[in-house]
Amino acid sequence: MAAVSKRYLLGEDHPGASLRETLAHGVRRLRPGASRPRRDELWSLRDVDLEVARGTSLGIVGRNGAGKSTILRVLSRITEPTSGVSRTRGRVASLLEIGTGFHPELSGRENIYLNGAILGMRRRDIDRRLDEIVQFSGVSRFIDTPIKRYSSGMYLRLAFAVAAHLEPDILLVDEVLAVGDAEFQRKCLDTMASVERSGRTVVFVSHDLGAIASLCATSVWLDGGRIRRQGQTTDVIADYLASATTADGARTFAERAGAPVSLLGITVRDHRGVATTLLSHGQAFSISLRIRLSTESPGLDCAIYLATRAGTRIFDEMWSDRVAGRPVGPGEYEVNAVIPACLNIGDYVVGVWLGTSYETFLDDPAVATLRLEGSTSDRPERLVELPLKWTHHEAGVGTGTIGNIGGG
Amino acid sequence: MLPHIAETTGWVENGPGSRTGLRPLLEVPHHRDLVRFLAIRDLKVRYKQAVFGVAWAVLQPLLGVAVFTIVLNRIAGVAAPGVPYVVFAYVGLAGWAYLSTSVNECAESLVRYSALVTKVYFPRAAAPLASVLPGLADLAVASIALAVLMAVTRTVPGLALLALPLAVLSLVVAALAVGIWLSALNVQFRDVRLVLAFFVQLWLFVSPVVYPANLVHGSWQFVYALNPSVGPLGLLRWSVLSMPLNVAMITESLLVAFALLVGGLYYFQATERRFADVI
Repeated sequence: MAAVSKRYLLGEDHPGASLRETLAHGVRRLRPGASRPRRDELWSLRDVDLEVARGTSLGIVGRNGAGKSTILRVLSRITEPTSGVSRTRGRVASLLEIGTGFHPELSGRENIYLNGAILGMRRRDIDRRLDEIVQFSGVSRFIDTPIKRYSSGMYLRLAFAVAAHLEPDILLVDEVLAVGDAEFQRKCLDTMASVERSGRTVVFVSHDLGAIASLCATSVWLDGGRIRRQGQTTDVIADYLASATTADGARTFAERAGAPVSLLGITVRDHRGVATTLLSHGQAFSISLRIRLSTESPGLDCAIYLATRAGTRIFDEMWSDRVAGRPVGPGEYEVNAVIPACLNIGDYVVGVWLGTSYETFLDDPAVATLRLEGSTSDRPERLVELPLKWTHHEAGVGTGTIGNIGGG
Repeated sequence: MLPHIAETTGWVENGPGSRTGLRPLLEVPHHRDLVRFLAIRDLKVRYKQAVFGVAWAVLQPLLGVAVFTIVLNRIAGVAAPGVPYVVFAYVGLAGWAYLSTSVNECAESLVRYSALVTKVYFPRAAAPLASVLPGLADLAVASIALAVLMAVTRTVPGLALLALPLAVLSLVVAALAVGIWLSALNVQFRDVRLVLAFFVQLWLFVSPVVYPANLVHGSWQFVYALNPSVGPLGLLRWSVLSMPLNVAMITESLLVAFALLVGGLYYFQATERRFADVI
């Protein structure tokens, strides 16, 4: 398989263009002297040269929006490149999003056949593989149940089983392992490794650098649609991480003369304690503030708030009198807050407020920016992910013993 | 080796525009199992939670027959030459039910499964093609009721009944000819969805569904036969009810349907590579 050179223009014809706009556009172009209006361009890939030999695995790493998924979309012929050309040899199966092509009303078995057919398989070929797929997926008891009754885990297992067992020559995997339990993730990695061993090709996009390192000998680091580094996976990952951690995880500020309270610095640390503003989705992180009190400051409160780039404030939490051992006397202090793994992927802005009940000493809505990276497929529209406590009971049955709502 | 492997032993290119050409269309025959599974899926999904299920395939034309027999036949005095109006209208409405349903399904075929289009590659034409097939099952069911109706009214089909598959094929061609345009246009312009219901209603008025085409006289016949439904419906009635065949009109209409289909396929292949970007 060789993908020679590909550029891909996104948003050239933005989604939802109506007939009216297109007609108006056409009329404008008919008028003499009218120039074609410029549209916002987004180059998702720029002059990417890539070659993957048959029977090898290639990992692709990079930030959100670096063009990783676009490479897979071009390779699988879902979309055409704007210039350049990609060439593949053999049957391509893509796992771009789990369960695409599954229909909720159809049974697991029917969906296996449908998915196989989408991959270009003939019925008798699917017949041959059916038992294997069902066994791998571990949903054999429910194979004739409509998959709308499946749990998300069962759904995922079935989808992976189908893609991995339909004997593609090239398997494109995009961030599957972000979901599913550890046991299943290991099973997926094993399967992908065996796909590679059987002389077929795997292209693997993931934020899980560990998984890439264990599966792919060579990798590519994409940055802004261009290949930044290509080579041995260990080298590529090291470079990628190095670039990410220097992305000002820490900022310092000058002390404000005469002010009773100054913010000297802010440091964002990931779950491993590394100072970085590039964080993993699904992991807690911490924000620490270094503040200097020049006078005795009783009743001082310190608030950290977090907003999306669009300005929606997600939380605004104050460290106040309730906490024992808070600083009051002059000196330098470090205040640390751990933010649990509750934020969706995206860019965020950290704001800091320092003051008392009566006056504000400092209120800076953009002290630091941070970015959470992870699979883009996981319900991008939500702001927070909360571990809700679910209970249930059969309504109208029994003597009124109700499950412990909100308990625990 | 297996046919699908043999077919792909060469390199498959993905490049801008001209490089891929007709290839995606030519892939459709290799994906005939996909077409079949998509059709079966649509059929199953359609009747999965419907109480009356397949009975709708009979009820729909029957209700139409009841209304049109009273309004057009009894009140307005529209009659069909040589056959009871009830049977005449039933054949027309069953054929029309197939046409209108299939065109609707076809128009929505890509948009409804936009998740599939943006996430998986398959020859896109498989979707509109598959969407005109489930209607044939309805048509088969409706024809059972037709047999009963014909027995009751003592309408005997002639030798032309042997040409029924041909008549049905022409219906499929007409549905696909209109539908494939709409399916591709709908990807880019959702206006299609908004005007489709109105368009289909107008189409019914200019089609020989509840009135015979011989009501149209003189040079209007040429204009009237530009409608791609005139040919298939005429063939259907000729085959089932041995009604006279207006060869000129039917030939013209079939040619229009065929030209629409070829043009539609051309438009489809010219735009399909960008479906995933604009859908």
